Amino acid sequence: MSEFIDRSTFDHLVHLAALELSPEQAEYLLRELNNQLKAIRELEAIPLDADLPVTLHGVPYTSSISPTLRSDDWQPFDRPQDILAQAPQAEDGYLIVPDIPHTTLE
Amino acid sequence: MELCDLPAYELMRLLRQRKISATEILASCLARIETIDGRPGSLEPGEINEEDQQTVHAFITLTDDRARAQAMAVDKKLAAGEDPGRLAGVPFTVKDIFCVQGTRTTAASRILANFVAPYTATPVARMEAEGALMVGKVNLDEFTYGSSNESSAFQPCPRNPWNPQRVPGGSSGGSVASVAAGEAVLSLGTDTAGSIRQPAAFCGVVGLKPTYGRVSRYGLIAFGSSLDCPGPIARNVTDAAMMLQVIAGPDAHDSTAANVPVEDYLAQLEAGVKGLRIGLSPDYFKITYPDERGEYVQQAVPQEFEAAVRHAADLLAKMGAEIIEDVPMPNTRYGIPAYFVISRVEAASNLHRYDGVKYGYRTMEPVRDLNEMYRKTRAEGFGPQPKLRILMGMYVSAAQYSEQYYQRALRVRTLIRRDFDQAFDPNGKYRLHALLTPTTPTTAFPLGAVYGDSVLMQYADQLTVPANHAGVPGISVPGGIATDGLPIGIQFLAADYQEALLLRIARAYEQATEAESWRQLKPMVLQR
Repeated sequence: MSEFIDRSTFDHLVHLAALELSPEQAEYLLRELNNQLKAIRELEAIPLDADLPVTLHGVPYTSSISPTLRSDDWQPFDRPQDILAQAPQAEDGYLIVPDIPHTTLE
Repeated sequence: MELCDLPAYELMRLLRQRKISATEILASCLARIETIDGRPGSLEPGEINEEDQQTVHAFITLTDDRARAQAMAVDKKLAAGEDPGRLAGVPFTVKDIFCVQGTRTTAASRILANFVAPYTATPVARMEAEGALMVGKVNLDEFTYGSSNESSAFQPCPRNPWNPQRVPGGSSGGSVASVAAGEAVLSLGTDTAGSIRQPAAFCGVVGLKPTYGRVSRYGLIAFGSSLDCPGPIARNVTDAAMMLQVIAGPDAHDSTAANVPVEDYLAQLEAGVKGLRIGLSPDYFKITYPDERGEYVQQAVPQEFEAAVRHAADLLAKMGAEIIEDVPMPNTRYGIPAYFVISRVEAASNLHRYDGVKYGYRTMEPVRDLNEMYRKTRAEGFGPQPKLRILMGMYVSAAQYSEQYYQRALRVRTLIRRDFDQAFDPNGKYRLHALLTPTTPTTAFPLGAVYGDSVLMQYADQLTVPANHAGVPGISVPGGIATDGLPIGIQFLAADYQEALLLRIARAYEQATEAESWRQLKPMVLQR
């Protein structure tokens, strides 16, 4: 468990993350990622019992403190135009985006 | 002393006696901002000049018109003999990570620089409903990712009012700077690894991270959804208690806002510490971090930090508290490595929504198709810190690495939680009401000294992050001034939903130190 993030793995991550990087930024980010990974490795040395559970929230949520579920009702927002006004490009209530690439499945 | 320097409780007393008006209080804060804040953060700052280096720069957006209308409404209610609310006439700032309807809500990022929120976050709405005056949206690290505010896309970034060559801390840097400098009386911040407590310590103010789920996250732009806690920043414990009273409680819009009754935080505030058990842990008097070669080194916190904590313990003991030494918190050192994994996975997940389609920034470059638009938009819109978090989050949660990293970090989180469970267990060996620690391992560092080294920057949170993993509440209060002239913060941590107890202990300490000489010292920007 001593692998580092190599250049091809890094490039794959950048692609999956829908990013593009300048060479200088790529160099900085790859170096920092590997430095962080070194810090993360400290976790490997901790002995963990096989039955140790995960913790997703520090504070336990019991039925008594979890909010009761509300009914799944449609609640209209009273100013939809304020939401649409935030879109970089919209027309007739639709969001406009560049061409969506299509792949024909065999 | 100007009105803007008075405590909120004192302003409200004078207001209700009709000796001052809300409009006068606001005018005092706006005048202070005009005098010492300098220009607000912007995406095109040009050169940072000599004057910029002497001013605070807490703000991204000043909402003075909104605050004036609110102040007039408060004054009108008072004139009509109506109740103006529990925070009437108190000016506050909002970390620009909370949505406030009709205001620019930027997260200090280019990708949201033009976003005008269509709705208001619950804690902000609750403060405004109680008559508080929203003065503006204040700067932070981009998407809260940092401990110094230097990563903000809006420059000049905030500077420490105690010494403008130092960082204010982060990520709630604009919040603490605005409160420390008297530009506002209260501020709403968030704490994911220490982002309220660490900057509060750096700027000599009170910062409270409530229990996870105590304050609604509705309208908060998410970072680490299992860790984020909105909370109050104030200049004294009573003001923090008054603010928490208003913002805490269940919320139909947030399913993680716990259905737990909100205690009366003011009723017990002056009850003292007699009979309370307050612990000290050797694991909070040292930090562990990787050196340049990646080897782990342990270092004691500076002697004057340990002395400030032990002095606080002595004072509390004199008031009747029982001090319990040597409480083991052995998993404290794993807080940062586990945080590097958990927070990155959650951040990456939360950052996928910024795509140039629904809101925010979209590239101006010509693009062939949607995918290229996504890539260029995110490349241009995100700064280096969000990019780092996306890439790390995706790596450590990838199917082939998840067991080794993400699942393991979540199990280490269980160990960190157990440290607190054992310390606070009412039937256990220690039976603590609170743990007393330093808030940070250093005072505020110089601008440029750490920024860029993403690992060292993260280790600034080593003494605060365990409470976020465990979900427990914590408060940082001013605990002295170090030999470098900068504030030292001390921290109290308690069990789930024990905010009333935390505030009570912090208040007792505050009272006991009221006459100490360091309390008379003022931030450098207020001495000119």
